[in-house]
Amino acid sequence: MAEIQQKGDSGKGGKKRAKKASTKIDMTPMVDLAFLLLTFFMLTTTFAKPNVMQLTMPVKEKNPNPEEQTKIKASQAVTVILAPDDKVFYYFGLNEPTDPSVPVPEIKVTDFSANGIRKVLLDRKRQQPEPIILIEPYVYDGKEAKYKNMVDMLDEMNITDQKKYALVDISKKDVDLIKKQNLL
Amino acid sequence: MPKVKPHRTSPSLDMTPMVDLAFLLVTFFMLTTQFRPDEAVVVDPPSSTSDLQAPDSDILTLTIDNKKRVFFGYDKAPVKEAALKAVGAKYGVSFTPTQIKQFSLLPNFGVPITQLASYLDKDTEDRKALNKTLPGIPYDSLNNQMIDWVIEARKANAAQFKKPTFLVIRGDGNADVQTVQKVIKELQEKDINRFNLLTSLEMKPSFVGQ
Repeated sequence: MAEIQQKGDSGKGGKKRAKKASTKIDMTPMVDLAFLLLTFFMLTTTFAKPNVMQLTMPVKEKNPNPEEQTKIKASQAVTVILAPDDKVFYYFGLNEPTDPSVPVPEIKVTDFSANGIRKVLLDRKRQQPEPIILIEPYVYDGKEAKYKNMVDMLDEMNITDQKKYALVDISKKDVDLIKKQNLL
Repeated sequence: MPKVKPHRTSPSLDMTPMVDLAFLLVTFFMLTTQFRPDEAVVVDPPSSTSDLQAPDSDILTLTIDNKKRVFFGYDKAPVKEAALKAVGAKYGVSFTPTQIKQFSLLPNFGVPITQLASYLDKDTEDRKALNKTLPGIPYDSLNNQMIDWVIEARKANAAQFKKPTFLVIRGDGNADVQTVQKVIKELQEKDINRFNLLTSLEMKPSFVGQ
């Protein structure tokens, strides 16, 4: 295939000539091997170093003092509940069932698509430039959200450039509210 | 008129440039390739748009699979050996030098400390079979071996290499949030508040904004 050795015409004419060895050698096996190795390494190599998403949780207070904790204003609060089956529930304002002066929020259902929670958050940001978003993964009664949902939601926070958001446990009153509105 | 002899071109062609290139590529791939270690469990990380790269070394990996199991891994063998001795001492388990050597070769593991010695005595094939049934490292508050591994590994790394440890949580996309949150909470108890969630890269949507 590669180099066909030209030989056999040195004895022509009967005159003894010093046999000139060809400087070309058959490179075929070497090339075969080179390409075999090349293919092997190309197929086994993994270039992509894994990417990571940073998550910094607040320092846990040893003796939490309820009076020092800042209350979230109802106008700023957005609660996003990561529900099972890749659904997203959200409501604006606060959910205080014990306080009659606070209106009961209405939970809306959306999803993780571009027109879902992302649009909601962007629209909200236009009305309220400083929303505080509480992300609550739903964990109750054996039904729960997936880790993928949590990462997706944190990712949405980066995409929509939110300044204040927190990953918190779902509260009992939110579970009750979901039940009352027959969403699950 | 003499017969015109057709000029015979030699069927050979000069392959030298091609071979040069092939060897250049072979050398490149040989030097850059890193063989993926044989992990105890296969997880499929979720995707995100975060393009932050994990550092090259000092990585502590907590792998969480979709069966609520937690696996521990560290990328430096001396740190792992020191952590094994320290955690073993805490739970009153001692290991032979062979077992310690075997342990340092594992990329990650999910075995309670009491079963670890017998796990290390097995050969690779048996371990692979065992990995499917193993319970993972216990991480509940009564028997929290996970936190011991994390703390001892961080301590050993700080003592041996004087470098901070980078904590990576490598969760399966289908793992339940509860397990991940519990692991995070247990680590927060020990004042570890910085986590890195391992994700695969996805394209950032371009139309976001106004």
